[in-house]
Amino acid sequence: MEALDLKLLRSFRRLWAQALAIALVLACGVAILLMAFGMERALGDTRDAYYERNRFADVFARATRVPDHEMGRILAIDGVRAGEARVEHYAILDLPGKVETVTGLVLSLPVNGGPFLNVPLLRSGRLPEADASDEVLVNEPFAEANGLALGDRFSANLDGNRREFRITGTVLSPEFIYTLGPGALMPDNETFGILWLPERVAEAAFDMQGAFNSLSVKLDPTARAEEVIDRIDDILAPYGGLGAHGRDLQLSDSFIDAELKQLHNTALILPPIFFGISAFLVNMVIGRIVLLERSEIGLLKALGYSNAEVCLHYLMLAGLIACLGVLIGWAAGSWLARGLAQLYAQFYEFPYLIFRTPIDAYGLSGVLALLTAGLGAAQSALAVARLAPAVAMSPPAPPRFKRNIIDRMLTRLRPSQAVMMVLRSLVRWPIRSGLSILGLSLAVSVLVASGFFQDALDEMVETSFYQANRQDAALIFSPEIPETALADVANLPGVIKAEGQFYQAAVLRNGNLSKDVSIEARRPGADLARILDADARVVEPPAGGILLSERLADQLAAQPGDTIEVEFKGGRNETHQVRVSGIVRQYFGLGAYMELDTLSALLRQAPRVTTAHLRLDHNALPELHTLLKETPSLSGLSMMTEIRQSFRDTIRQNVIIMTTVYSVIAVLITVGVAYNGARIQMSERARELASLRILGFTRAEVSFILVGETMLLALLAQPVGWLLGAGIAKLLAETSSNDIYAIPLILKPAGFATASLVVLGAALISVLVVRRRLDSLDLVQVMKTRE
Amino acid sequence: MRDVVFKTEGVTKVYDTGTQKVHALAGVDLELFTGELVVLLGPSGSGKSTLLNILGGLDHATDGRVWFRDQELTTMNDRGLTRYRRDHVGFVFQFYNLVPSLTAWENVQLVTDVARNPMPPEEALKEVGLGARMDHFPAEMSGGEQQRVAIARAIAKRPEILLCDEPTGALDSKTGVQVLEALQRINETTGTTTVVITHNAAIRQMAHRVIWFQDGKIRLVEENDTQLAPSEIEW
Repeated sequence: MEALDLKLLRSFRRLWAQALAIALVLACGVAILLMAFGMERALGDTRDAYYERNRFADVFARATRVPDHEMGRILAIDGVRAGEARVEHYAILDLPGKVETVTGLVLSLPVNGGPFLNVPLLRSGRLPEADASDEVLVNEPFAEANGLALGDRFSANLDGNRREFRITGTVLSPEFIYTLGPGALMPDNETFGILWLPERVAEAAFDMQGAFNSLSVKLDPTARAEEVIDRIDDILAPYGGLGAHGRDLQLSDSFIDAELKQLHNTALILPPIFFGISAFLVNMVIGRIVLLERSEIGLLKALGYSNAEVCLHYLMLAGLIACLGVLIGWAAGSWLARGLAQLYAQFYEFPYLIFRTPIDAYGLSGVLALLTAGLGAAQSALAVARLAPAVAMSPPAPPRFKRNIIDRMLTRLRPSQAVMMVLRSLVRWPIRSGLSILGLSLAVSVLVASGFFQDALDEMVETSFYQANRQDAALIFSPEIPETALADVANLPGVIKAEGQFYQAAVLRNGNLSKDVSIEARRPGADLARILDADARVVEPPAGGILLSERLADQLAAQPGDTIEVEFKGGRNETHQVRVSGIVRQYFGLGAYMELDTLSALLRQAPRVTTAHLRLDHNALPELHTLLKETPSLSGLSMMTEIRQSFRDTIRQNVIIMTTVYSVIAVLITVGVAYNGARIQMSERARELASLRILGFTRAEVSFILVGETMLLALLAQPVGWLLGAGIAKLLAETSSNDIYAIPLILKPAGFATASLVVLGAALISVLVVRRRLDSLDLVQVMKTRE
Repeated sequence: MRDVVFKTEGVTKVYDTGTQKVHALAGVDLELFTGELVVLLGPSGSGKSTLLNILGGLDHATDGRVWFRDQELTTMNDRGLTRYRRDHVGFVFQFYNLVPSLTAWENVQLVTDVARNPMPPEEALKEVGLGARMDHFPAEMSGGEQQRVAIARAIAKRPEILLCDEPTGALDSKTGVQVLEALQRINETTGTTTVVITHNAAIRQMAHRVIWFQDGKIRLVEENDTQLAPSEIEW
């Protein structure tokens, strides 16, 4: 090994603690980049391959009852490559040995075997025979969650008729990668399953002979989806069409898409922060080393090493730090990716995972880390190259402390000499002090922003799921039932109170703006499912008008008092002019609310209900479930109390993971900045501090100077960090909000305090570790060292 | 006719500190010959080190011309000067300038790694009497030993010229003698042109020629008919 390389390795070994502190910050960036890019690719590739192989449709539509012959017109639409009609209906299932009611989504299988679009992937067994009346396919996760095996039997309440079925096979479907049951907040395979029945059986059960109510369409690659959607809407309108839509509104796909977007944003936003801090730290450390090795630089040049060779020597030191960071980052990133893959396996049902080792992500993160370190070291390395050998051999001029305004102000205040030294040093290196403050404030801001997210989530869940919705369970009817039938529901065993709610699909129009919504109608004084605004006040929709959520009103540019057009879908396709009676600010959904009598009058029908919200006596639950399994036109039951609890548990669990991850990140940043800063100060000031000790200063007094400067920087970083954190939180709240929800900007003093305590604590520990070196300072040796 | 190694014509060096100009060299004309040992004498700031730096290719002259044999140093760029230093010049400094993280052997290796026709590091170290201390780090050696490592490092590339700036300046007389003896032996055995800067006028007795500097100019050039061994010099 060449002597210069030996020098490099020994320098690196001597600097190991500082190098590690920087490498860990760099590793954060590398790991997050690797994980996010790797998983985005894996998830995206898997989804694309699955969609491609199993012919996932491009456009979806539902209607009340469409005669089969209309299919010809749909297939004739320009741009439609293939189409498939089917019957789709909710059913209540009765699984052997299970007390609770389970909801199933029944889909029909075409006569001539399996579907052509949205092809279910057979995982075990076989497809049902076309003429068998008791054979069924179920989705694999449902079978597994309920311990169902091939050949097992269960019964289902299909539109009031109890039928026995035998499982002939289990499948996975590209339509149900993320499976949400009616009213559910998270996938729950135990209480919601997908059933595929032969077409003949499904049509007979739901009275759909010669007709369909669900449509999937595959488009030519060049086709324009919006045009096809409009044409399909035209054709289905007379048959209660509920509005066709593309993949973007397909429930399962939209969840996966959101996850992919989030991974993408993570890869773009977080790593640059870590790389930026790393570059600053490398700059600080290499700058100091170059200063210390000034005469060695001169010597190397005198010995005949070229400017490029000496410059490269210092770049390689930064390169070694980067290599360490890359290795740690790759290991951590791979580990994180595995953890994330497991988390995905919990929520997403893929038949396989296409995970190619993301060589380019490894490459990219490695190159970026090296560039970061190179960029950080560039300034010093170039100075090394420029340094003339004769100049390098002579000692550097002492730093110039000038008297400026701040200095005169300081003098006026007459602080102690120690305080003066601390303050002057800050003013003397304004850029370094500023960047240190910025680095530490980023650590604070990371914690403030992550704390905000938890508080905001808590607030949203509390308002929307606990205060607004207080029902123990919700019954979903399909088709809807007359409001008078609520009395029967109220008489069911264990039901203390029953309140009805009606959902009506509609298009709201204001000028050229329009939005597909589901209008919620209820009686005034509803107590179990209430409309709450963001300040948790109960709001009632006034008679004769429509109440819009703020997000929806914005999208329609509608003001209170405006008259908007309401076109009902799925039955009577009539259009009415309705006055906007108010706007309500909410966290979730695109709510449109009406008083039940007002809506019923517009629909020219006696009041009907789609959902019955229940308050229950839990002791009577088994009896209630038994009866519900026999109730006609009941298509779903949501046990809201359990759903809310499991949702909250999942959020809690995620919050704990997030808090841990972000705390580790903040601590790593703090240690990186504070430890390196203190080490550099220690090295710059060794003579000064030793002189003070010789003059009779105590260890504590000398320590004060060292600890004081770092902690002063850390303190100054707090308000900056709070502001930055609040800014990031605001940005997160704004960019994360979408059609479905708005994240409120909730900043609690406790969040700021926690962030500051963590960062100040980590900074103090870092500087105390450095301070221990003061104890072993060899006073005589230090004074003899030539600067 | 003696062989000329260095030739300078009207060399000046002006340092511009912003507020004033300092003339470190104010027109130096000089010839140095192959194989001679020259001592440069003069008070601080008389221009000795500046001239040495220019001869060694560490610094550029402000004006005037400098030749190393038939190459004109004053027209060379940084790359050319680096090449020149690497191939022809050995340096010894007052404060040894060893790399503290490298052993004696490795410090010499720094040079043999890049030189064209170096001697093995151990040979150079034996030459200065440090054959037994090759694996020691600078911090484990005395000042005299460190300076001898520096000399070993300088001669390991078999340079044509050896430039020594106050090589005994940081040493006591006894170790100073050891260092000077090493330099004289190398000069005699290898014929390396050796230039030694010193404050100590007594050292001039070991030189072939003595050049006195004052105010950036050569005041006087003396030739010694006989040279004393360093141990014979009265300090």
